[in-house]
Amino acid sequence: MHKKSSLIFALSILFSVLLIFSCGQGAKTKGDEKVTIEFWHLDIDDTMAPVWEGLAADFMKANPNVTINITVLENEAFKSKLTTVMQSGDPPDIFRSWGGGVMNDFAKSGLLRDITDEVKNNWSSKIGAGPIGVYSYKDKIYGLPYDMGGVGMWYNKELIAKVGYNEPPKTWSEFIDCVKKLKAAGVTPIALGEGDKWPGHFWWVYLAVRLGGKEAFDAAVERTGSFKSESFVKAGQLLKELIDLKPFQEGFLSANYGGDQAGAMGNGKAAFELMGQWAPAVETAASEDGKGIGDKLGFMPFPAVEGGAGKITDVMGGGNGLVLGKNAPDATIDFLKFLTSVESQKKIITSPIGGIPTALGAEEAMTDPNLIAVNKAVSQAGYFQLYYDQYLPPAVAAVVLDSTQALFAGTMTPEAVAAAVDKAYEDEM
Amino acid sequence: MNLENRLKSVYNKKIINTSFFKGNQLPVFWLLIAPSVILITAFILYPVFNTLFYSVYKWNGFGPLVDFQGFRNFERIFSDQRFWNALKNSGIIVIFSIVFQLPIAFMLALIISRNNSKGIIVFRTIFFLPFIFSEIITGTIWTFIYHPTNGVLNYFFEVFFPNANYTGLLSSPDTVFGAILFVVFWKYFGFHLIIYVAGMQGIPKEYYEAARIDGAKAHHILRHITLPLMKPALQMSLFFSIIGSIQIFDMVWAMGQGDPVHAGETAVVYLFKFAIKQQKLGLGSAIAIIIFLICLVFNIFYQKVINEEKA
Repeated sequence: MHKKSSLIFALSILFSVLLIFSCGQGAKTKGDEKVTIEFWHLDIDDTMAPVWEGLAADFMKANPNVTINITVLENEAFKSKLTTVMQSGDPPDIFRSWGGGVMNDFAKSGLLRDITDEVKNNWSSKIGAGPIGVYSYKDKIYGLPYDMGGVGMWYNKELIAKVGYNEPPKTWSEFIDCVKKLKAAGVTPIALGEGDKWPGHFWWVYLAVRLGGKEAFDAAVERTGSFKSESFVKAGQLLKELIDLKPFQEGFLSANYGGDQAGAMGNGKAAFELMGQWAPAVETAASEDGKGIGDKLGFMPFPAVEGGAGKITDVMGGGNGLVLGKNAPDATIDFLKFLTSVESQKKIITSPIGGIPTALGAEEAMTDPNLIAVNKAVSQAGYFQLYYDQYLPPAVAAVVLDSTQALFAGTMTPEAVAAAVDKAYEDEM
Repeated sequence: MNLENRLKSVYNKKIINTSFFKGNQLPVFWLLIAPSVILITAFILYPVFNTLFYSVYKWNGFGPLVDFQGFRNFERIFSDQRFWNALKNSGIIVIFSIVFQLPIAFMLALIISRNNSKGIIVFRTIFFLPFIFSEIITGTIWTFIYHPTNGVLNYFFEVFFPNANYTGLLSSPDTVFGAILFVVFWKYFGFHLIIYVAGMQGIPKEYYEAARIDGAKAHHILRHITLPLMKPALQMSLFFSIIGSIQIFDMVWAMGQGDPVHAGETAVVYLFKFAIKQQKLGLGSAIAIIIFLICLVFNIFYQKVINEEKA
């Protein structure tokens, strides 16, 4: 009798377990015949998502044995869900990435597919070494960018002309003067969505890039120097001087980028914003009339800082790319080849996704003079620094973002910011 | 009478035929409880013990657990000023709920529970309405209301106090937590009000009539009839209020993620930022264990003290 009961007990457990897991079973067909590629991206916008669908459809037409399953998630949801599937050890075959520290963590844990040989010996288009470097970890390539640009100063020509500037200020002290004049004239000098934190960290990083150049950053990262060194502290001090002028729109500490900051620029209410190559597109989308400020928008490199070791041609930036998961079938490499080809990139940059192409030759299709200027700045950069919040591991990036926000809020000193970043980096390494 | 005695009496009276679970019916017993045992083990017990296990490692969630930390994760949390601030904020929400929200809801319930005119029903519905919204929607609505330039509140200040220089309540470390606290009150007030109203309407009218005939005054009625008979409702609302306050997350997240400069962080927001955003799963697990222990201590206290009193 007892035996029978335990048998039934065991069977009932088995049954329940089967019931639970039968729902989560997704078989992947591999081999020569049928291949399925899981593709994750985050261009959830109604006008952007169809661009990827179209490219995937074109690829499937040319390769009838391949099926591409697209998953589209909103930015924050994308990051959370990707983290979860990575922790379970089952990455998508090809997915959106910014390269840098987050990608490096994945690579370190063997979750990505190494495509170094293919990219070096057998690729359809030519992509510069700088952009590829962002998607490499320890000399191995795990993905490629389709868009790579730089952060710079976007300005409203009409508003700065009001206070006597026909040309934008070229140095930091000229810039500070311009800010003071704008403020006196009742114009909001700078738009900032510091609730999102990363827009503000651009200011601190760019000042550090201008003050210390490549040497200061490399020394801090390789631990021959430190983030407490002079250029990082000085970057905070210069930024603090700017913050003390109260140059931002009201309530900037809780403002976001996409609506508030881009909206202030797109509606012609603020003179400057420090932002990446996507700025014109987002400003247009956030403006009340849906047109933005059009020709009145100008682009210039971040001002040179007097006495700094960095050059005005040094660029901080980054872009968007695609990375392969460890279980990606071979067809995924062909798909990435297809997406980074000159023809596909021309399609992407002329679509609502926009951006700056990485495949040499695709830039012919660019029409916006501002984006051409960004592209020129990036291609001529002697030192290209990926944004810290992407370059550094997530735990350190969070401290950089939190600390710079505290600097903007006036609750941390420049010295404390530098010390906090250095401590976080030390802890993580 | 406590639960154990009650069960014993049920057992002795053979209300449940206990022979059913003996002998050849035993397999049926196992079959019946297997699904819940498996589900609770898989989705509650297993994660809890796993979290306990992770909490002594430094781990970003990828690859094997190798970097054993002992209690260092806990030391780091206890020495972090941000943790104490987040815990303080959660504590303030708990105390605020007990001291202001519940008594005010109770008093309002006293006024409206005996009145079923149309006006009162509309009034009651309006108070209950915020509770129907999801936390994220509530947070988003109030982010719009508090917005520094386009918000309703800004418009209000522009019209009535043009010199006030309103810059958005969620934009300053000094005001952000107060602004969140107000929304917590706004959202959950109606929930407690409805519990009380329902409880009071369940008290038979005859008690009040009898008391009045005996010459009882309003405060006598409240002290000797309403309060004792409302005890189950009060206990339940207290329990929801405290556990809910400790676990509060979504709404705070929607209203600026506890920032600027961490001023509005609650315990769970702090947990989420470390465990999910920064991928410090070991440290995050340690924070989760601390919050779990706080809830557990409260729960034991609640079961022992508050529930025992009922007997």
